[in-house]
Amino acid sequence: MKILVPVKQVPDTATQVKIGADPKGIDTAGITWIVSPYDEYALEEALRIKEKQGQGEVVAVTVGPERAKEALRSCLAMGADRALHLSDPAWENADSLTVARALAAVIKQEAPPLVLFGRQAIDDDMGAMPAQVADLLGWPCASWIMEETISEDGKSVRAGRQVEGALEIFTIPLPCVLSAQKGLNEPRYPTLKGIMGAKKKEIKDVKAADLGLAADGAQLLVVALEALPPRPPGRIIPGEPAEAVKELVRSLREDAKAI
Amino acid sequence: MQIELSEEQQMIQALAREFAEKEVKPVAALLDAEARFPHETVKRMGELGLMGIAVPEAYGGSGADTVAYVLALEEIAKACASHAVIMSVNNSLYCDPVLKYGTDEQRKKFLAPFASGQQIGCFALTEPQAGSDATNQHTLAVRDGDGYVLNGRKVFVTNGREAAVALVFAQTDPAKAHRGISAFLIERGTPGFLVPKVEDKLGIRASDTAEFVFEECRVRAANRLGEEGMGFKIAMGTLDGGRIGIAAQALGIAAGAFDLSVAYAKERKSFGVPIAQHQMVQWMLADMATAIEAARLLIWRAAALKDAGRPFGPEASMAKLFASEMAMKATTDAIQVHGGYGYIKEYQVERYFRDAKITQIYEGTSQIQKLIIARHVLGAR
Ligand SMILES: Cc1cc2nc3c(=O)[nH]c(=O)nc-3n(C[C@H](O)[C@H](O)[C@H](O)COP(=O)(O)OP(=O)(O)OC[C@H]3O[C@@H](n4cnc5c(N)ncnc54)[C@H](O)[C@@H]3O)c2cc1C
Repeated sequence: MKILVPVKQVPDTATQVKIGADPKGIDTAGITWIVSPYDEYALEEALRIKEKQGQGEVVAVTVGPERAKEALRSCLAMGADRALHLSDPAWENADSLTVARALAAVIKQEAPPLVLFGRQAIDDDMGAMPAQVADLLGWPCASWIMEETISEDGKSVRAGRQVEGALEIFTIPLPCVLSAQKGLNEPRYPTLKGIMGAKKKEIKDVKAADLGLAADGAQLLVVALEALPPRPPGRIIPGEPAEAVKELVRSLREDAKAI
Repeated sequence: MQIELSEEQQMIQALAREFAEKEVKPVAALLDAEARFPHETVKRMGELGLMGIAVPEAYGGSGADTVAYVLALEEIAKACASHAVIMSVNNSLYCDPVLKYGTDEQRKKFLAPFASGQQIGCFALTEPQAGSDATNQHTLAVRDGDGYVLNGRKVFVTNGREAAVALVFAQTDPAKAHRGISAFLIERGTPGFLVPKVEDKLGIRASDTAEFVFEECRVRAANRLGEEGMGFKIAMGTLDGGRIGIAAQALGIAAGAFDLSVAYAKERKSFGVPIAQHQMVQWMLADMATAIEAARLLIWRAAALKDAGRPFGPEASMAKLFASEMAMKATTDAIQVHGGYGYIKEYQVERYFRDAKITQIYEGTSQIQKLIIARHVLGAR
């Protein structure tokens, strides 16, 4: 079975994000870029499906600038068979709908029965992509899945998605879109052999024209990023514990209105 | 001039860093306290390809290079110096010579399972009377029919208890002195190959250091690595490469202690400010950072020369001498930055300090490195 895994390159989770000179974006100097962690769960699951079935193909896709190739190379090192890099001036400053249209178009061309997303990218946490792409394709979609099993006949997937305090189980006909939640699996480390072999695998450049898409301009525009106001310092209540607790409870009730 | 790691080298570095952070660092203190060999994590290192980094894929290795090897080794040593020496000995002192001097037959049997990390190898040169003076080999290998009979003793063999095969040096022609030394690949369990003792040590306590005794131990001629009399050349050539690894181990130890020191200096307060604001603490941190960077560059250069197939012996000795002396100083200062807490096990820098010491001793003491470097600069032989 062919499985397509869209991934996004994002700043490392340990990055101290700073607003850039142009306040519409962040300062990217010195940032280490990684594959968004939820996308790694998606890729791991795709690789496991392929391994279980003993055949198939895992294709990693990204929309992003030149540096996003590194993210694709990481996916290839982990075990993806090939990669598609959607890179075109038309997609610079793209909003989520533009990206979703690009992904939907490439999915139509590749025609995989299954598309596995991460539940959201950890940079802007928009989380729009799986549902938007599924909608554009007219495919069913289950988000935040914690487990999945492809049916014997390969026609449907049984997916469990996380809801408050329980798993909600669906049987979904293929083709479909799934998005991975943390806990779906434990992503593997790439092996050194995988890393050394990644260069030999294909990363195909795809332009907007290759997908028959015109530059249609973003409809969602970032006006500015604003830093959060600094957190006010904590307050230490002095005195004997018994007295201090009384004051704490009073303060929580009357000042903070928390209880 | 350009100092830029390839994309693969960066990815291998990132992998080793993540693995070391997540899997090795959390177990390092306990393994040290219990002096326990880390079977689990070493097995994982093998699966990832860290045990035969520069060995071609055809022989079970990862097909990367010496630069990738030192990058990975630094990261592992940052978390645990014992893991680093286990890895270094298997890569440099075992796989490297078997790849370089082994026949195709020998590579299949004695290299592939070791480069892929399923088994571990070791290197037994040192004897009670032959440390720095490694030429003074007393272990005898006497030709007998289609094989040899070994008698003698080896000490301080890293990985000695765990290894499936030992690369052992022995005298086949005592009249020729060091030109009469030969190398043998001896399998664990060969009758007459005994491991009577494992040492209790100051540092690298999770790595085992064993003694070997050979009593009428029969070895087939097919187990001889290289020609008769080539043993000393094999040993010295192998140690040149090994020294780059030990230098990287020392670098990692220093870098690990440095990271702990920076974090501590920002947190610990005295006289109303974080100690990182005291100029004399900054001085120590600045010196550490500079020396670490200098060592890294020496190591990278020696590794790059080896990868380019150029002579690298003196550069490897300089890297090892500088990095190990630097690691001892840096870990001493790391304890100083921590004050009394640095002396306490809970804060971990004392382990880095204990681990650093061995890097000035094995694979040629600092004094021996100076001899090699002096011989090189004076043009004498
Ligand atoms: C934990 C550990 C692991 C080891 N692992 C291995 C291993 O895997 N395989 C292996 O074969 N060996 C191993 N060794 C042995 C190690 O390489 C030797 O201990 C080292 O080479 C020094 O030899 P020595 O201990 O006999 O000291 P000696 O040679 O007796 O040296 C004592 C002192 O004299 C100095 N000295 C000696 N000769 C000279 C000279 N000509 N000029 C100036 N100074 C000199 C030395 O620098 C040192 O300071 C290991 C040792 C230890 C402690």
